[in-house]
Amino acid sequence: MALDKNGIAKRIAQELKDGYYVNLGIGIPTLVANYIPEGVEVILQSENGLLGIGPFPIKGEAKADLINAGKQTVTAIPGAAFFDSALSFAMIRGGHVDLTVLGAFEVTDQGDISSWKIPGKMVKGMGGAMDLVASAKNIIVATTHTDRNGKSKLLKKCELPLTGVKCVKRIVTDLAVVDVTSEGFKLIERAPGVTVDEIIQKTEGKLIVDGDIPEMNL
Amino acid sequence: MNKIVNDVTEAIKGIDSNMTLMLGGFGLCGIPENAIQALVESNVTGLTCISNNAGVDDFGLGLLLQKHQIKKMISSYVGENKEFERQLLSGELEVELNPQGTLAERVRAGGAGIPAFFVPAGVGTEVAIGKEVREFNGKSYLLETALEADFAIVKAWKADKYGNLVFRDTANNFNNMMASAGKITIAEVEEIVPVGSLDPNEIHTPGIFVQRVFKGETFEKRIEFVTEQA
Repeated sequence: MALDKNGIAKRIAQELKDGYYVNLGIGIPTLVANYIPEGVEVILQSENGLLGIGPFPIKGEAKADLINAGKQTVTAIPGAAFFDSALSFAMIRGGHVDLTVLGAFEVTDQGDISSWKIPGKMVKGMGGAMDLVASAKNIIVATTHTDRNGKSKLLKKCELPLTGVKCVKRIVTDLAVVDVTSEGFKLIERAPGVTVDEIIQKTEGKLIVDGDIPEMNL
Repeated sequence: MNKIVNDVTEAIKGIDSNMTLMLGGFGLCGIPENAIQALVESNVTGLTCISNNAGVDDFGLGLLLQKHQIKKMISSYVGENKEFERQLLSGELEVELNPQGTLAERVRAGGAGIPAFFVPAGVGTEVAIGKEVREFNGKSYLLETALEADFAIVKAWKADKYGNLVFRDTANNFNNMMASAGKITIAEVEEIVPVGSLDPNEIHTPGIFVQRVFKGETFEKRIEFVTEQA
């Protein structure tokens, strides 16, 4: 059965390693923070100038001056640091962030990603996404495998304006874990109860299926 | 030396139509809301505004957009402002979208005397159109240029009469860099403290970058998305 967004977040959280500095994009990626495994300490970086994002504040304690990149009120953990945006992007551009998780409209079998613009319809701007994908040591995309019309989001070529080229390493969808290799997409795991056939049907880009594909262990 | 001016009217003196302004803030966090309101009332038009976001429809820069006082925006994200998106899609408003890190560094470079620099963000995307691409160590980078402004309007928590500024939490964001990149920098602050009371170890923006300081009269400090634990 296809995962819901929490299931996708839970699977991505399995990629976190103790001591990682991580940037979580808006949407499904923020949910990854709810599933950090026992014994794994991760520090969350917020592009607007906070290292050490804590939980949402308790009722009545939200502060206007303390928000995350999605403009939600947050808290800061003990040991957090505040800084300006130039320093924040020095952390990102300078390759100091270990893992970036972000959503996408489309990903290609070469690792291109489009996530910020639907011409004529939605031009919200790229925010920090281009910086993140251009410099991250490791990029995981969190997305549904198909769009709401059933069209594949894992393509040969992006139709929408690009956020970055040849940068995505791993994609976790509601159906599968897919890696981007030099030969194209490679199927790594399937969501519990989902068949390899369904995944092949719904993947437009080149997909390598090598041997038995295990189920995600959630 | 005393950079403190009496009120916002004195603070924004000299800001004319068709000027280029920098305005601090990330979303509604750390925006100079009193100065923005004063600009709305001053009826200046034809402004080029450099700011990471455009506020929301009825607060922050959204107020200047509603009155069509802005000719051009240089920003990284305008998602929370429907009027901005509408003016952009209709062509009424000229918009230059920059990756946020590139925007931050363009501002920093402007204040730091660096006319241009290379960054990887946007290589292979529409952001790269018309820009020089160069390879360093086998990776491609875009040449980006510095940004400066006639006036930079920043928001801080505390200031003294020398213009030293302290920010609170995530309300720093673009304010520190913008303070250095305006020909004239106006700092709107919540508290003015006696000179010498700020610990030199804890000053975020040294006063050399700031020309005018005023205490904002009221702060709504609107929050876009109050998010609390259930």
